[in-house]
Amino acid sequence: MILDIIISGLISGSVYALLAIGFSLIYGAARIVNLAHTAFYMVASYCIYYATHKMGIHPVLAMLAAIILVTLIGLVCYQLFINPIREHEAAVLIATIAIAMAMQEVMLLIFTGDFLSVPALVKGYLKIFGVKIAYQQLLTIGAALLILAGVWAVLMKTRLGLAIRSTAQDREVANLMGMNESRVAMITMGISVGLAAFAGAVVVPLTIVNPHMWMHPLIIMLAVVVLGGLGSLKGSFAGAYILGFTEALVVFLIPFGAFLKGSVALSVMILVLLIRPEGLFGIAFEEER
Amino acid sequence: MKIPKFLLSILLIACLVMAIGLPAYAAKVIKIGVIGPMKFMQGKGHWNGATMAAEEINAKGGLWVGKKKMKIELVKADSNEFLSMTDATNAMELLLTRHKVDFIVGGFRTEAVLAMQDMAMDYKKIFIGVGAASDEICTRVAKDYDTYKYWFRGSPFSSTYLGKTSFIHLGTVAAILKMYLHIPKIKVAVVAEKAMWTEGMIKACEVYLPRMGMDVVGIWRPSAVATDVTAELAAIQRSGAHIVFTIFSSSVGITFARQAGELKIPAAMVGINVEAQKDGFYEATEKMGNYVMTLNTYARGVEYNELTPRFVNTYIKRFGETPTYTADTYTAIIYSLAPVIEEAETLDADKIVAILENREYAVPSGKHKYMKDAQGRHLHDLTWGPGYLTSLGVQWQDGKLVGVWPNRWKAAKGAPEITYKGIVPYKIAPWIIEKYKK
Repeated sequence: MILDIIISGLISGSVYALLAIGFSLIYGAARIVNLAHTAFYMVASYCIYYATHKMGIHPVLAMLAAIILVTLIGLVCYQLFINPIREHEAAVLIATIAIAMAMQEVMLLIFTGDFLSVPALVKGYLKIFGVKIAYQQLLTIGAALLILAGVWAVLMKTRLGLAIRSTAQDREVANLMGMNESRVAMITMGISVGLAAFAGAVVVPLTIVNPHMWMHPLIIMLAVVVLGGLGSLKGSFAGAYILGFTEALVVFLIPFGAFLKGSVALSVMILVLLIRPEGLFGIAFEEER
Repeated sequence: MKIPKFLLSILLIACLVMAIGLPAYAAKVIKIGVIGPMKFMQGKGHWNGATMAAEEINAKGGLWVGKKKMKIELVKADSNEFLSMTDATNAMELLLTRHKVDFIVGGFRTEAVLAMQDMAMDYKKIFIGVGAASDEICTRVAKDYDTYKYWFRGSPFSSTYLGKTSFIHLGTVAAILKMYLHIPKIKVAVVAEKAMWTEGMIKACEVYLPRMGMDVVGIWRPSAVATDVTAELAAIQRSGAHIVFTIFSSSVGITFARQAGELKIPAAMVGINVEAQKDGFYEATEKMGNYVMTLNTYARGVEYNELTPRFVNTYIKRFGETPTYTADTYTAIIYSLAPVIEEAETLDADKIVAILENREYAVPSGKHKYMKDAQGRHLHDLTWGPGYLTSLGVQWQDGKLVGVWPNRWKAAKGAPEITYKGIVPYKIAPWIIEKYKK
């Protein structure tokens, strides 16, 4: 059972980490609460489905194409709908949820509500200590960890990463230091949506594609971000795996209550916030930035 | 001559009133509201079945209502009941108030149908339910006949009988496994989506499966829209279950079948899996859905009676897929409403109810007879059993959905064997044979 929990927790945690880090990036760099984040993950899944099933494109190529296409869609949405109202946080919140719902309705219109699926990149499974683990699951975990490492490397080792971190720390000072804050915000948006699209790409062979698949991850992603501390990448990473493992524990230890896994994960978040309101790695006071 | 402005205004208003009122003077139609989750397979079935029925009736000029022939006009209402109860009740409200329909067919989710039922009953509109199985929907008729008498169950039969039939399927598969694989005692894992209609069946599992000589090794309750059930599958495999008894009506049915197929979980899947009733299931599971068995109403090549092939083949020709039970809006209109309207010679709901609740009539899935409860009160629920409705057990074999039950089935000791035309033998998954033959 321990191995099952570890694998299950790693898969969920990795997907939530991909989503949460993308969300935290854009919040940190541009103070944008992008509630359409998981909707991009949904659109990427549909793009992959369409490319593989209707156009006959190889799944890997379909995934790459979907990531690029969805990133472009994200940038266009940012330029048209978010950037003009960026200073008004409430308006951004509403605009992004509207974008998410619009994307859902477009998918419903094109694909209806039928449940769809995408073929696994690697079929079959292996047995580890008697536990069957699909190769696709291992691939998903590996790919997610690789990309997370890549994001960390970009943020820590490149000038772009430095600019993003500086802007996240203090926009005004970053601007004064000669960094084009709005260009950094746009690039960060691209990276953020790209991460969401990548999350869709790695998860889609394991999940069912439907127009409402963005809702549950949105709630958990927000919980992860709040648990880890708004704007903290380290916190998002930790929070994602905490909630991922929490969900796995619920399913294995309370089979009759497997449907409660989301609720239990959110309860864990609330408990942590009661003890530490700013989250695990969050900042208690704005002035600390 | 200069027409005074006042007179001109009166003339214009009169023209407007006539334009609005003119349709009322046109030939009247029988308006039937078709309500269901139209963006999903269940709602599409509702609409397709009703469309086929309306086209058939209208091709003959309509129905005789007294001395007048009236055509059927369908009104589509998207209840969106998977996501929003408010949308469902709003859709029903529109049917009743704006469209002023004469009859309503459809509904799927019990939670939504209970609310929609109340609204239809307030307006005294006959509502034939095609989709929701909960017993409560019909026990309301017995408890408050005057209010709920306009409700009739069209399909499927109630949860009680769904459970009973599923247990028969489970017993059949258990007997096959015992016979061919020499398993002394069958262990069953029950996996039921978290939804209202499954509650009764879970309680029944806990009571009846031990009486059937089987062990219940665990009960799992994933979300109806769960996108990952590997955790549940791992736990089920560890439990040593020989059979997974599924109670699914939503997308979790696809997820479960796909992941179980990918991991080759050595347990036969049998029960209710509404998504597995659909032609697209095999593709949706990426060809991993073989050997999944589910209760179903129709299957290609299987005939209950002479009405079955006519309906099934026409439906396949028209819509390119096998009808599911929600397409029984066809039955509701063609076999339930149409003949009764002509017999009653009126659209008056009370007169139609009086005839319909006492009728016994053949339908493509068997025979309809409305039940009464133990106290003799009308339930407007469908009678289950040989000669009436039994449904089918279907299994995915080599990418095709085939009928595997009833196959020499006896409803009781001494009763005659029943095998419908087109039924084939059940197949055990090779990985199950491989595990237990060792």
